[in-house]
Amino acid sequence: MTWTEQADTCSCVLLRLGERRFALAANQVAELSAPSRVFRFAHRTPEIEGVILRRGRVVPVCDISEKLTGKRLGQRRFYLIAARRHESTLDWIALPVSGECELIQADLTPAGDSDSPHVSGWLSHNGEVIELLNLKFLTPGTSCVQPQVAASVPSEVRA
Amino acid sequence: MRLAATSQNSHPLRTEQIILFRASTQVFAISSASVQEVRSVDSLSGVAVDINEPSLAKVRHALRRGDRHVYVVNAAVHFGLRPSPAALIFLLRKSRVALLVDGIEKMSTMSQLQALPGVFCHEERAWYRGLTVIDQNVIPVVHAGGFLVPDEISLLDALNGSRSFADTTSEPHTDMTL
Repeated sequence: MTWTEQADTCSCVLLRLGERRFALAANQVAELSAPSRVFRFAHRTPEIEGVILRRGRVVPVCDISEKLTGKRLGQRRFYLIAARRHESTLDWIALPVSGECELIQADLTPAGDSDSPHVSGWLSHNGEVIELLNLKFLTPGTSCVQPQVAASVPSEVRA
Repeated sequence: MRLAATSQNSHPLRTEQIILFRASTQVFAISSASVQEVRSVDSLSGVAVDINEPSLAKVRHALRRGDRHVYVVNAAVHFGLRPSPAALIFLLRKSRVALLVDGIEKMSTMSQLQALPGVFCHEERAWYRGLTVIDQNVIPVVHAGGFLVPDEISLLDALNGSRSFADTTSEPHTDMTL
C-alpha cells in the first residue's frame, strides 16, 4: 500500500501550543474565543483549571499543553472550544491555545499501533507532519472511578 | 460544529430558592429546602461532643438530636480549602449532617442548574449537584447528601456508640429557622 492509498483528506483546525502545532478535526471544534474570566471553585481534578462562561454555558478549561509539550502554556491568548464525545454525552472543553488557529484541508494518515493513544492520525501540511489529537486521551473524565454518593440525588432544576 | 446558546424553551420557568454561603474564600450554593435550621456556632458550646477521628478531619463535633447524633462537617475542610473561622451551622433536613460555614452571602433564586461537566471526575461529582450562574458568577450547587457517605456515618456512629452523652433534652437556641 502506498502513501497515497493510505492518506485521506480531512478538514482540521491547526492550533499552536508554544512552539508546536497540533490539529483537531474541524467537526470537533465549536469556536475560538477571546480570553475570558476563569471561574474557579473547589474540585479534585487537577487537569481542570476552572470554567468559563460561553453563550450561557459553563465550559471547563483544560490545559493540554503540559501533556503535549512538557510545559504549561505561559502566554495564553485564546480558548479553542472543542467537543469531546464520551459514551452518550457530549462535553464541551475550552483548550487554551497560543497564537491563532487555522482551518485547513490536509491529507490524513491514520495512527499506527506504535503511536501514542492521544494521536488519532497524522497530517501532512506545508511540509510539516502534525499530530491529529484525540481529546479522549488528553482530557480527564473518560476513565475516572465515580465516587460514592451518600444519598439519592435530588431532582434538578431546569429552565 | 457550533456551540449553541443554552436553549430557551416555552415551558414555565422552574426555580429553586438557594442560600449562597461562604466557606474559606469561596462561595457555594445550597438549596434552601435542604436546610432545616441555621444556628450560630455559639449554640454548639455545651451541647456538642468532641470527635477525634483522624481519617475524618472534617468532623470535629457531634450534636445530639433525639436518639441520634448529627455530625458537624466543616465545609472548608470538606472541600479541601484552608480552614477559616466558622460562624454558622446549617442543620440539614432529613440528614445526619450539620454544616459549619463561614457565613451566608445572600439568598437567591436559581432558574437553571447545569450538570457538572464530565471532565470533573473525582470527589466533586459527589459534592455538587451542578453549577449555576448567579450575577454572572459560576457557583457550584452542593449536594446536601454529599458531605458524609454512609460508611463515614457508620464509622462515626461506631465511634460514638460507646460514649455516654449528657442529658441534652434542652434544645440549643435557634437563631433562624427556614
